Amino acid sequence: MASIYAALDDVSLRFGERIVLENCSLDIVKDAITCIIGMSGAGKSTILRLLDGLIVPNSGHVYLNERDLCHTSERELNVLRRKVSLAFQFAAMLDSLTIGDNVALPLREHTDLHEPQIRKIAEDALESVGLQNVYHQLPNQLSGGMLKRAGFARAIVTRPELILYDEPTTGLDPIVSHLITNTIVDLRKKFGGTAIVISHDLHSIYRMADYVAMLFEGAIIAYGPVEEIRRSENPIVQQFLHGSEVGPIPL
Amino acid sequence: MNALERFGQSTIDFLEYAGGVTQLGIDAFRDIFRLRVRVAETISQSALLGVQSVSIVLLTSLFTGMVISLESAIQAVQFGVGNLVGGAVAYGAFRELGPMLAAVVVAGRVGSAIAAELGSMVVTEQIEALRSMGVSPANFLVVPRLLSLLIMMPLLTIFADVISISGGAWIANIYAHISYSSFITSMRQTVGFEDFAKGLLKAVVFGMIIALIGSYQGLGTRGGAAGVGRSTTSAVVIAIILIFIANFSLSYVLFGSR
Ligand SMILES: Nc1ncnc2c1ncn2[C@@H]1O[C@H](COP(=O)(O)OP(=O)(O)OP(=O)(O)O)[C@@H](O)[C@H]1O
Ligand SMILES: [Mg+2]
Repeated sequence: MASIYAALDDVSLRFGERIVLENCSLDIVKDAITCIIGMSGAGKSTILRLLDGLIVPNSGHVYLNERDLCHTSERELNVLRRKVSLAFQFAAMLDSLTIGDNVALPLREHTDLHEPQIRKIAEDALESVGLQNVYHQLPNQLSGGMLKRAGFARAIVTRPELILYDEPTTGLDPIVSHLITNTIVDLRKKFGGTAIVISHDLHSIYRMADYVAMLFEGAIIAYGPVEEIRRSENPIVQQFLHGSEVGPIPL
Repeated sequence: MNALERFGQSTIDFLEYAGGVTQLGIDAFRDIFRLRVRVAETISQSALLGVQSVSIVLLTSLFTGMVISLESAIQAVQFGVGNLVGGAVAYGAFRELGPMLAAVVVAGRVGSAIAAELGSMVVTEQIEALRSMGVSPANFLVVPRLLSLLIMMPLLTIFADVISISGGAWIANIYAHISYSSFITSMRQTVGFEDFAKGLLKAVVFGMIIALIGSYQGLGTRGGAAGVGRSTTSAVVIAIILIFIANFSLSYVLFGSR
């Protein structure tokens, strides 16, 4: 039995009237890459926020490394978060800092490394996503896709135990997408660790995923090893994977 | 909703607000006392807010000092007490005008800027990004702003004191022919260092109000660009109201016994 690094247990969450998750449970296998798929607005980014302790559910539990995040203070969460990082869907770079300072920030905050080492690690991380000569630029000088990659670099720079990637390849050209997918796979191979990737990009999912979970109407309706999900007979999963307009998913 | 429910709800909202601001203040001051302070950021914030507000503080206090002198000097001379004008102007400036003018200007200029900056960081998920990196937004953003206001407010108040008194002396000299030396003598006889120091203490409290309200409003921003606008406006309005209330209370406590 594979061990579990993080989990949602019977989680329900609503924003005002809008119910986003309802009795949603999901186990994230340690040292594996789990991809979460689902319609736009289904609540995928919300799941990552829950797992990072940024929001708390209305009911249910969120576990990270066997800690229940719902009963953890922000101070303790800040310690736990050193081992987790989130690559935001829209990069969320701090716009008062240069790209280099953004990427170096987690290292400056949480390690005792010296400035030259930090600089080297940050530059390498940027290079691994195909960004050169942006170290001293400000976020508003970069394109959306470049920012997204810089955000990716910031998430991987501390080699966390769990990395949450929110649509890392969406909006990028096919070559860079390929590079990002490879980086996710390589990182896992080289340094181990657990990853959760939200993606709509089936090519990249099939290349990197160990497990796939499909979120639909507030709950995980299909979960399993990637091959199993591909062959799944669940009509919702089939419709989603084939991108067809006819089927049980209401448009 | 009936009236009672509305009253109950607004009471709860008020307590929640007061509790939230207090908690933010406690977190920030705890970091300051433990010297967990980002020095470079604090210095650059201080420079920025000094530059933003110094000229407005100087202008408003110059004209206020002048108008007080204008109103009082001619009358005083008519009643034969022209030799008291310097004291009156300095008394008002040190105890009330200097700190209040500086505070109102800084609330409008800097409090709003803090709320707008932090608010836009909320809506662009930068605050969540900080938290996800295990960095406390209170430490990273609020502490430098708070500290720089605690340092700069007394400085701006000193400027306001000096300029308003100088303006007052000038007008008294031109319109009521009160000599500079008699103005200064009267000032010396009326106000002491204590008045000046208590004024600066007020300024420190006002700085704290401006920083905490601006930060709390900014960090509590909801709902896009319009939300940032709302936070900014409320930051200024709430801070100014609190400054007036605090000013009365402080005057009562600090000067009331005399
Ligand atoms: N702070 C919030 N306040 C109110 N509603 C929210 C908030 N955050 C998310 N939602 C709602 O929750 C739902 C899920 O949002 P989420 O961002 O998780 O979707 P998603 O699956 O990541 O979609 P996408 O693929 O488009 O990124 C959406 O309907 C959204 O309107
Ligand atoms: Mg999303």
